[in-house]
Amino acid sequence: MSRLGWCDPPPQATDLPVLLPAASRLAHAAADERTAGAFRCRLRPAHGVVLLVLFLIGCGLAQAQAEPGQPSILATLWKWTPVLLRGFLFNLVISAVAMTAGTLAGLFLGFAQVSLLLPVKKGAWLTTHFFRNAPWLVLLFYCMFLLPFQITVFGFTIPIPDWIKATLGLSLPVMANVSEIVRGSVQSIPTAQWESAASLAFTRRQTLWMIIFPQCIKRMLPPWMNLYAILTMATVLTSIVGVDEMMGLTRQALSAENRSGLLLAFYSYVLFWFFLYCYPIARWTVRLEARYAVNH
Amino acid sequence: MPAANADPIVVIDDVHKSFGKVEVLKGVSLSVPKGGVVCIIGPSGSGKSTLLRCINGLVPIDQGSIRVANFDVHKLKTDQEKIALRKEVSIVFQQYNLFPHKTALENVMMAPIHVLREDRGEVYLRAVALLKKVGLSAKEAVYPGELSGGQQQRVAIARSLAMRPEVMLFDEVTGALDPETVKEVLNTIQELARDGMTCMLVTHEMHFAREIADEVYFTDGGVIVESGPPGELFDRPVKERTRAFLSQIL
Repeated sequence: MSRLGWCDPPPQATDLPVLLPAASRLAHAAADERTAGAFRCRLRPAHGVVLLVLFLIGCGLAQAQAEPGQPSILATLWKWTPVLLRGFLFNLVISAVAMTAGTLAGLFLGFAQVSLLLPVKKGAWLTTHFFRNAPWLVLLFYCMFLLPFQITVFGFTIPIPDWIKATLGLSLPVMANVSEIVRGSVQSIPTAQWESAASLAFTRRQTLWMIIFPQCIKRMLPPWMNLYAILTMATVLTSIVGVDEMMGLTRQALSAENRSGLLLAFYSYVLFWFFLYCYPIARWTVRLEARYAVNH
Repeated sequence: MPAANADPIVVIDDVHKSFGKVEVLKGVSLSVPKGGVVCIIGPSGSGKSTLLRCINGLVPIDQGSIRVANFDVHKLKTDQEKIALRKEVSIVFQQYNLFPHKTALENVMMAPIHVLREDRGEVYLRAVALLKKVGLSAKEAVYPGELSGGQQQRVAIARSLAMRPEVMLFDEVTGALDPETVKEVLNTIQELARDGMTCMLVTHEMHFAREIADEVYFTDGGVIVESGPPGELFDRPVKERTRAFLSQIL
């Protein structure tokens, strides 16, 4: 029998009262580690400087290799910028759609992971860990080649464009990571909150919805934003399966220019745009983490 | 002061409880009359807090019986039955355990609205009155994180009272407070007891126990070593163990 009967709290490493403060702190730290995932987006201003230097070197090298009569490297970049930015916008659309779909599915899966029904819990755990540990590119390929290019519903043929399939492929690892973020944050809420709610005669469902989850949102936000930054960077993977996003368009631009020495300049230019987008997100995440770390 | 044998509301009989191999309660029996105030004292680890948690069904017991009002606590199986019990028996914890994302007033109002499904307007009036009673009218809109320990504990007491329980359990409620704020919490409890609320307190505040209790139980090693009215137990303890404990602490 569990200590609290029906409102089974997550297990704690110790029941010794003296160790509980330390134990809960360690549990928090462990949960944070888990929810944050293996890598964290930790961009600093210095990274921007490095990128800028890389870009300038690239431009210099390209300029040095330019043949007489060819337009300057900056003019070439400028010419292609509208096309590349349209691609970048596509990256952002893919990231937003994948994040939304992945988050919705992940919340659902995460709730299932804290279910008391053993089959639901185990099933959710297995699903989560399968998609969390599978390489993103493999999932992407699976979705590209296993999903049909069109579906027929009630006689209407609805085409499924490649980018939709790719977005779906990216949303799978997002789903799994969000699921872990949910589970980790639920388990990081002190057991005393469960006990307190139980003693006030709240049902388990009420406890989860009114007391536990509202406290989880704060804790979920930083790792969730971190995940979004990572996803945005991962959207370039879709170029491999033929989606015309920024990376793919850059490759096309390079082959259209057919000019040696442009490689470094163009790719560092692409990198710079990603930095510009992800940097504020990363900084904001760090600030939120610092804010929420003190008043749990 | 009600007589000890008049109309008991809590009857605990030969309760045993083990956590793994450690037997925390080794046959505890006691009863509390309606409106009575009982204090349980004893060294740490003697099973006092566990006993309180057994009474409102937070901890299931292994053997024996607990009867509270009309509930046979040891027989309650389903969530619904336990929830019904907990509407009658409320517990206040050492660490207050307020809900940090809700204001003081919301903390008090939450359970009556969502558990008892009472009218929001009525609950609001009652919550305001309760916060006034514990002297925190000015703190209605304040979040627990901005309250002192003593204030949080008084909100916790108001939160329990809002459920209009028959029995209030206090689990070392002053244990985490500094000496100055202990007084404000004890005053609140004393007022409750005076109003006729049935109270069971686990406490280390011996002077308070002497002042407030009808009956004091001294527990050690999972059993009740000695019990009696405070005057007798504190001044003329019979058992050697009780004397040793009291001489250490008084």
